[in-house]
Amino acid sequence: MAMVLNEEAGMLKDAARGFLADSAPITQLRELRDTDNADGFNRKTWAAMAEMGWTSVLVPEDQGGVEMGHVAAGVIAEEMGRTLTASPFLSTAIMGATALSRFGSEGQKGEWLPRIAAGEAITAIAVDEGRKHNPSSVATKAERSGNGFKLSGRKSFVAEGHVADMMIVSARTAGGDDEADGVSLFLVPINAAGLSIDRIKTVDSRNFATVTLDGVEVTADAVLGEVDGGLAALEAVLDAGRAGLSAEMSGSAQQCLESTVGYLKERKQFGQIIGTFQALQHRAAHLYSEVELGKSIVLKTLQTLDAAPDHAAMMVSAAKAKLGQVAQLAAQEGVQMHGGMGMTDEFDIGFFMKRVRVAEALYGDANYHAEKFARLRQY
Amino acid sequence: MLDNGDKGEIMSDLEGFREEVRDWLEANCPEEMRRPMQSEDDAVWGGKKAKYSEPQQLWLDRMASKGWTVPEWPSEYGGGGLDKAQAKVLQQEMKSIKARSPLQSFGIWMLGPALLKYGTHEQKLEHLPKIARGEIRWAQGYSEPNAGSDLAALMTKCEDKGDHYLINGQKIWTSYADQADWIFALVRTDFDAKKHEGISFILVDMDQAGVTTKPIKLISGKSPFCETFFDDAKGEKHNVVGELNKGWSVAKYLLTHEREMIGGMGSGAMRPAGDVAVQMLGKDEQGKLADPFLRTDVVRFEIDGLAFMSTMERVTDEAKAGQGMGANSSVLKYYGTELNKRRLELMVDSVGQDGLEWGADNDVAANWLRTKGNSIEGGTSEVQLNIISKRILELPSS
Repeated sequence: MAMVLNEEAGMLKDAARGFLADSAPITQLRELRDTDNADGFNRKTWAAMAEMGWTSVLVPEDQGGVEMGHVAAGVIAEEMGRTLTASPFLSTAIMGATALSRFGSEGQKGEWLPRIAAGEAITAIAVDEGRKHNPSSVATKAERSGNGFKLSGRKSFVAEGHVADMMIVSARTAGGDDEADGVSLFLVPINAAGLSIDRIKTVDSRNFATVTLDGVEVTADAVLGEVDGGLAALEAVLDAGRAGLSAEMSGSAQQCLESTVGYLKERKQFGQIIGTFQALQHRAAHLYSEVELGKSIVLKTLQTLDAAPDHAAMMVSAAKAKLGQVAQLAAQEGVQMHGGMGMTDEFDIGFFMKRVRVAEALYGDANYHAEKFARLRQY
Repeated sequence: MLDNGDKGEIMSDLEGFREEVRDWLEANCPEEMRRPMQSEDDAVWGGKKAKYSEPQQLWLDRMASKGWTVPEWPSEYGGGGLDKAQAKVLQQEMKSIKARSPLQSFGIWMLGPALLKYGTHEQKLEHLPKIARGEIRWAQGYSEPNAGSDLAALMTKCEDKGDHYLINGQKIWTSYADQADWIFALVRTDFDAKKHEGISFILVDMDQAGVTTKPIKLISGKSPFCETFFDDAKGEKHNVVGELNKGWSVAKYLLTHEREMIGGMGSGAMRPAGDVAVQMLGKDEQGKLADPFLRTDVVRFEIDGLAFMSTMERVTDEAKAGQGMGANSSVLKYYGTELNKRRLELMVDSVGQDGLEWGADNDVAANWLRTKGNSIEGGTSEVQLNIISKRILELPSS
């Protein structure tokens, strides 16, 4: 497949850039932070995104979606990375839609996908339990109870957990805490008895949740995919999210580079524009090269997810590792080259540094994915 | 926009072409030319001084007769007249039977593209077919002892003597000049003009008393480069490419091809670094590469390599779609050569002390040392960063 955006994706990119610059620029994120908005995102903006079809890019047409694929989803995520737009796009439109459309029963699809497409339902993925991402380490238990299951445990760092209508929870139906087999996925409605949700604010001015399950009862119909065999499905869902995060980080890195180069052309010291200094030019040019490599591997990964989703794991890990490194370089070089102004809350560059640190950690940091890549390469 | 009918027709044409290519290659590529090259000596560079084995000669002649040594050049100049999609098919089919390249040369990679863009019809007719058939091997006369990164400071003198030019001066880092037949050289034709405006691009026959070469021994012990001396050498008037004193444009255009060529070296059909490391050092009881620190370096390298190869692919596809940016060759050159240096460092780490034996058949040490030149030749990494900051980022100069 040619590594260029087709006409449809190109138009989507232009539309997304225009909309986000007008309706959800960084000033919106500042306002959400400064007013301590309980949702952590703007519901009107989210509704407008749904109106434009963004929530249905990965929803099949027979469920009310437009099914444009991962390249399209990535295009949107990338543009959101430029404006640092906070929204449930990743957790719902990418991961929720992928989980249900690929692994849901007909009943589960019918219940959730049309609502996701319409922007009426928000979903969250409750996977991690410790301080680092590790989807196969699951202590949360799902014990058989009647014709269903009873879930108990604690999930940390659940993106959009505080606003979700439904949560996809990984829990152990068999095996020891660190075994790959014996993990199952459950669709847990937010009003389930025994579910408690604590909102946490993170450094990037967004919200996550700590979720406690205290004997939450679900029916057998709530199982997503196969009992005991949920980890493979979870990895596929996470990979869609990791690719989306990589695209977002690519957008953030591009924006950091552009802002920084812009600043280098304005700021004067020693009677000169500081962009004339070769020490800074070379840092900016190196950063440009890294950002270009990042764009390429993101596009390649998104195309692989569309063409061969079952063979995308290695590309996804490579992209997540690479973009974690590239975006952090872009943000950190950006702060350094903005000098003292880069340390102020008034300048946006610091917002980028904070967001890409979170995006880098989420669903596996660069070290996690380097390790996974090596294992997939069998060394 | 093509409608689906047109697209279908083009696709089936291409598939038809693929079958044709496959059959022809199967019938015409000698068995010996389907085995991996054992050393650099197995590569066919062409030229009057070259000696070939029978299969090499056969393979070169057969491919040249189809124009497939230079598939995308027009057929009137010895090329195959293929479009980009067809050329890709040919490349894929050659790869699938592991066919060696029948011919590689600076004529193909560098001079050819420059002649196609700036040469007259007569110049193309005279020089391109000989490149395509491997009859003439070309050297590149760019750098001088005092014109390295500052290439435009070159001083090789080219005087108008009425019916010919007289050339005096010295070139350095002329790759394989001792085995070349002709040289494309940058010379100064106007000493009064500004430094970029008095340079011309001229083609010179090296088979004359006024041109001599002397190999330079490198840290690898090998001598891929020479010094080339012009002492009252003669240049024909019709062999100036592009306008007189406007050779800098030709030179820069050719350099973009040189950069892509050097940058691409790191992504060729090399064995993956991880595979080499495992073969050399083995795995521990967990199935991980036995040296954990090397494993970290290898995985980071392979990920960067994947991102780089994706970039090569994207740049090619963008160019095809008319979205390309010229200065991207600097990104490829900069990143590709730095990656290649990393690759050979990992190679030495993997092979260990055995890789440090001098001489014998030790390609590892020689290759490792050779790569150190990759980020110097064809414009240093620092020059590429200058180009990126000026052309792409549009940062001001002081």
